[in-house]
Amino acid sequence: MDEFRLTCPVPLPAGDRILLAHGGGGKLTNQLIDSVFVPAFSNPALNARHDGAAVTVGSERLAFTTDSYVVRPLIFPGGNIGDLAVNGTVNDLAMCGAHPLYLSAAFILEEGLEMETLCTVVASMKKAADAAGVALVTGDTKVVDRGSADRMFVTTAGVGLIECGRTISPQAVEPGDALIVSGDLGAHGIAVLSVREGIEFESEIESDTAPLWEPVEALFAAGVEVHCLRDLTRGGLSSALNEIATARGVGIAIEETAIPVREAVRGACELLGLDPLYVANEGRFVAFVAARDAQRAVDVLRAVPVTRGAAVAGRVTADDPGVVVLESRIGGRRVVDMLSGEQLPRIC
Amino acid sequence: MKFVDEYRDRKAVDQVAEEIRRTVTRPWTIMEVCGGQTHTILKSGLEDLLPPEITLVHGPGCPVCVTPLELIDKAVAIALRPGAILCSFGDMLRVPGSTKSLFDAKAEGADVRVVYSPVDAVKVAREKPERQVVFFAVGFETTAPGNAMAVWQAAREGLENFSVLVAHVLVPPAIEAILSAPACRVQAFLAPGHVCTVVGFEQYEPIAQRYRVPIVVTGFEPLDLLEGTRMAVAQLESGRAEVENQYSRAVTRKGNRAAQKVVAEVFEAANRQWRGIGEIPGSGLRLRETYRRFDAEERFALTAAGAIESPECISGLVLQGLKKPFECPAFGTKCTPERPLGAPMVSSEGACAAYYLYGRHRHGRV
Amino acid sequence: MCLAIPGKITEITEDAEPALRRGKVDFAGVKKEVSLAFLPDAAIGDYVLVHAGFALNTVDEDEARKIFAHLEEMAELEEAAGDAP
Repeated sequence: MDEFRLTCPVPLPAGDRILLAHGGGGKLTNQLIDSVFVPAFSNPALNARHDGAAVTVGSERLAFTTDSYVVRPLIFPGGNIGDLAVNGTVNDLAMCGAHPLYLSAAFILEEGLEMETLCTVVASMKKAADAAGVALVTGDTKVVDRGSADRMFVTTAGVGLIECGRTISPQAVEPGDALIVSGDLGAHGIAVLSVREGIEFESEIESDTAPLWEPVEALFAAGVEVHCLRDLTRGGLSSALNEIATARGVGIAIEETAIPVREAVRGACELLGLDPLYVANEGRFVAFVAARDAQRAVDVLRAVPVTRGAAVAGRVTADDPGVVVLESRIGGRRVVDMLSGEQLPRIC
Repeated sequence: MKFVDEYRDRKAVDQVAEEIRRTVTRPWTIMEVCGGQTHTILKSGLEDLLPPEITLVHGPGCPVCVTPLELIDKAVAIALRPGAILCSFGDMLRVPGSTKSLFDAKAEGADVRVVYSPVDAVKVAREKPERQVVFFAVGFETTAPGNAMAVWQAAREGLENFSVLVAHVLVPPAIEAILSAPACRVQAFLAPGHVCTVVGFEQYEPIAQRYRVPIVVTGFEPLDLLEGTRMAVAQLESGRAEVENQYSRAVTRKGNRAAQKVVAEVFEAANRQWRGIGEIPGSGLRLRETYRRFDAEERFALTAAGAIESPECISGLVLQGLKKPFECPAFGTKCTPERPLGAPMVSSEGACAAYYLYGRHRHGRV
Repeated sequence: MCLAIPGKITEITEDAEPALRRGKVDFAGVKKEVSLAFLPDAAIGDYVLVHAGFALNTVDEDEARKIFAHLEEMAELEEAAGDAP
């Protein structure tokens, strides 16, 4: 996962070269997917453009997903590339309404990587897999010349059993739906930033990387009518909401005062001039549920430790399709756009 | 957060907005000079709380927007030199030069590093004595003391591998340039509060008198901006033209003498080009003779190759408050944050980008 | 321009050279080392405005309160006016 790789949004050459911004998770990433990958492979499962693909095998519905992790630094307060990788894939499956079962992991290691670092990462992955109740059943290892990889890249794939009868996807979102945030925002991004050279600061903020199947399962068990789930990663809450608003052609209205952000994360954002809506997250998701189930959904989530900070943050509207609008703390309104690249600290 | 949250309190904000509504009797155009103020106004949707008679225009208080194209090109040229390390505030990374931005240079393998403070750049120079470390010293009077300290520190430690690319600009000459433009429609100013923390507000008094405009030193939180607006409107409605200090919790008339002293020790006034506006005499800073050896332009013997601006970009008119971003034909169509034609579309303080990201909904250009 | 945020000084490191005076400032739980070169008299417990790693001024708490006192007064006056027959 590539949180703070600096990216470049400037004049997009018509298909000339790949830019760093293509990996940013924002507009350019989506453009690349739309113009290169989807047309090449087009099929119904892929075209649904959700975090994982829902496929049918015999009488079972399975979810299948894959992700690569290229985070720098490899190790940061609260986690490392390993637990990020396991939880990331587990969560993509959970977001499809699937019970995560099996993972694979492929490692690309740079010549010269410290063995101790590799072992730390692997130990974390085992711990995370156990916590999530998944088994890592197959893998691969490659080593490349010094300089050809940034110390370590990890690619995971996962498979899970879809237990929810209803289709969970952006297409199921309806005007009137309540938008629920599973907990406070921005801790992961700030934790990674706090150890970045040139910006370092002291804080107790740790990455909140965590597996999310338990709260999702709890929502289904309680009979909450869940329409869509999306975990928040790069690009923060803003990216997730904009992607869904655009995919479904609905408007989304959120309230600044309803969005949970812990004090220290806010302090770091104020200090560096960052907006928490755009800061990367781990262990957090948004749920779009039928309006009448909103309170029950929040109650169910708050009973599960990893989602104890859940709150209703807004609603889906039929106004301004494709646009996310925020009502600010002082009662003004503004559009929450998707950034084209990563947010950078500013002094201005 | 103390001294932050109180100034974002809804009830207090509503009260001041109500006072403005009660006081205003006719249309007024007020310019807020600082990019940080623009940012707050647009991010909090502050204009929704103002009566229709008040028009806020955004001034050239954004170093990203006004740093001359030639200097961006020079920063890029330095960054692309083998062995050089270019340190910069995050704000400057995406500003397009004639052919590329610092970001592009980084993608091509240049060692470009974002720093939070100029002392971080000095630290790099200390730790990498074999590399040429250049700090892109942009900013207004707020940032000048810190940048001056970085040079002073480098001199003291004998860090001869450190240098600065100076792009400092000063606010009062810019305000005068705006006021003396024939088409000027600005009737009052909200002066940049943090600049005034350093320099005080004495230097605005002759300007207020000469041009008969109210100038209110204003802070950066929603309550500050509304209160500053209220004070400006009160002056306008009663025909006064004085300098007032809304941001009194942080600003005194004389400013911070210690900070001013360091700036005067290291820098001196110079003529400066403002991107989109042109040359404004005495509106910038350059290194004094004693510190000239730390000047990156001289050290790298950089000549200004012809800088190429987009002919469609009307940033000069926007920065002077003569046009609003959505009045530009290219706004949101040919010119967007992914494909900026000019500087104000790059930084989120730039008037155009701020409108695009936060405000286009309001003006029907979604 | 000019993002400057108020934080509380929790530690001070003096130096023979006043320009190298430094402090640790707390911003709602996040701590950063900051230069106090421009505030030779700032003390632990003071709130200072920090921009790009430099403290530029101490926050005057009395001045900070003024607008809220004024707004409270106005609200009371209005209430009284509203209650008047």
